[in-house]
Amino acid sequence: MTPVISATALGRRYRDQVALNDVSLAIQPGTVTGLLGRNGAGKTTLMRIVTGLEFPTSGAIRVFGEAPAENESVLRRMVFVREDQAYPDLRVTHVIRVASWFYPNWNGDLARQLLADFDLPLGRRIRKLSRGMRSAVGIVIGLAARAELTLFDEPYAGLDAVARQLFYDRLLADFAEHPRTVVLSTHLIDEVADLLEHVVMLDRGRVVLDAPADDVRGTAMTVSGPATAVEEFVAGRPVWRRQRLGARAAVTVAGPLDLTEQARARALHLRLEPLSLQQLLVHAAGSPADEKVSA
Amino acid sequence: MPPLDEGTPLFVQIAEQLADDIVDGVLAEGARAPSANELAAFYRINPATAAKGINVLVDEAVLEKRRGIGMFVASGAREQLRAGRRKRFAEQYLDPMLAEAKRLGIDTDTLVSLIRGSGWHNGGDTP
Repeated sequence: MTPVISATALGRRYRDQVALNDVSLAIQPGTVTGLLGRNGAGKTTLMRIVTGLEFPTSGAIRVFGEAPAENESVLRRMVFVREDQAYPDLRVTHVIRVASWFYPNWNGDLARQLLADFDLPLGRRIRKLSRGMRSAVGIVIGLAARAELTLFDEPYAGLDAVARQLFYDRLLADFAEHPRTVVLSTHLIDEVADLLEHVVMLDRGRVVLDAPADDVRGTAMTVSGPATAVEEFVAGRPVWRRQRLGARAAVTVAGPLDLTEQARARALHLRLEPLSLQQLLVHAAGSPADEKVSA
Repeated sequence: MPPLDEGTPLFVQIAEQLADDIVDGVLAEGARAPSANELAAFYRINPATAAKGINVLVDEAVLEKRRGIGMFVASGAREQLRAGRRKRFAEQYLDPMLAEAKRLGIDTDTLVSLIRGSGWHNGGDTP
C-alpha cells in the first residue's frame, strides 16, 4: 500500500534549535496513528510540515504521493485541527458553515449531531466561547470534514474528561463507518492507547519508536518480589529499571514472557506487571536506567 | 464493560472474550457474532484491532464468515473451545493453585477436602 504520509530524513531547524532531526516514517492509509511525545518533541512541527504550513530544512515530505506545500489538490484532502486553533470572530453556526465550504466530504448531519453532543451554543460568537468550547468547535470540524487525512494536534485544550471521552467515542464510531487516515498527537497516552493501531513517538525531534500498537504492548514487564528470586528470574534479560526496597526488588525487563516463564515466575512467588503504553513511552523518552530506593 | 488488561495484545483479549461467550452459551452456535465495528464501539478500541481478534477465531474455525451478512458461530464451536480449554486447565488453574497451597503449607488431603467443599470454615472436621 502506498503510504498517505511519507517522510524521508526530514529535518527542521530554527536558528539555534533543532525541531526535527532525520525523521523518516510512513503512515499507512486507513489507520489511526498516535503521534506521541513530550511537549517540544517536534509533534506540531511535523504536523505543520505535513499540512504544508511549514517547509522542512532538509529531507522530503510526501502526502498522497506529492509535496503538500501550496498544493491545493493535496491540501483539500486533509483537515488539520490544532490546539488552540484561531477562528474568525463569527458565530459558531457561521464558522461551521464556512468550514462546510472547504471540505469536499463535509457531512452536515454529522456536524449538527456533534454540535448538539458537545452542547455548543450555535448563536454565540467564537470570542465569547470558553476554551473547551472552542476546542469542541475544532473537533466538530475535524470529524465532520471526513477528510481522507485527518490530523488532530492536541485538540482538547480545556475539555474535561467527559468531553474528551465523547470525542474518542465519536471519532471511533465515525472512523468505523467511514475509514480514513487519522493522526492524533497527544500526551494523554493512556486515554487514547486502545484507539491506536500504530504508534510513533518523537523525542527531541527524533523518532524513538515507530511500531504497531499491538507490538508495543507487553514489550516490557516489571517483575517484583523477594530480591534474590527477582534477580534469579531476570538474569540474562535486558534490564530497563531496577528498584530495591529492603529485601524486595522490582526490576523492569524487556521482552514478552511466554507461558512457561510466567509459570516459573509464579512458582518463585513473583508478581508480573506489564508496562502500560504510557510507561513504555516514558522509558523510550529516556529515563534513568538504575534507580535505587534505599531502605 | 469488562476491563482489558495491559500485557496481552488487545486482539487476543477480544478473541478470548468472544470465546468466553461461546463457551458460556451467551453466543449460541449458529448465532451472529458481533461485528468488528460493534466490538470497537463496545470496548472503545480500534476497529482494525477488533477485526484481528475476530480473525483469530475464524482461523480456528470457531467463527465462520457468511458473505455479506457477517460472522457466525460455527456448529461444534463450543465443544471445540471447551476441549481446548480442558487441555490447558491444569497449567492455567491447577499449577498456580498448587504453588500457592505449597507456599501456605496446605497439604494434598486438605486441598482435596477443600475441593469437596467440606466444612473448612467450621474447622475442617466434617467428612
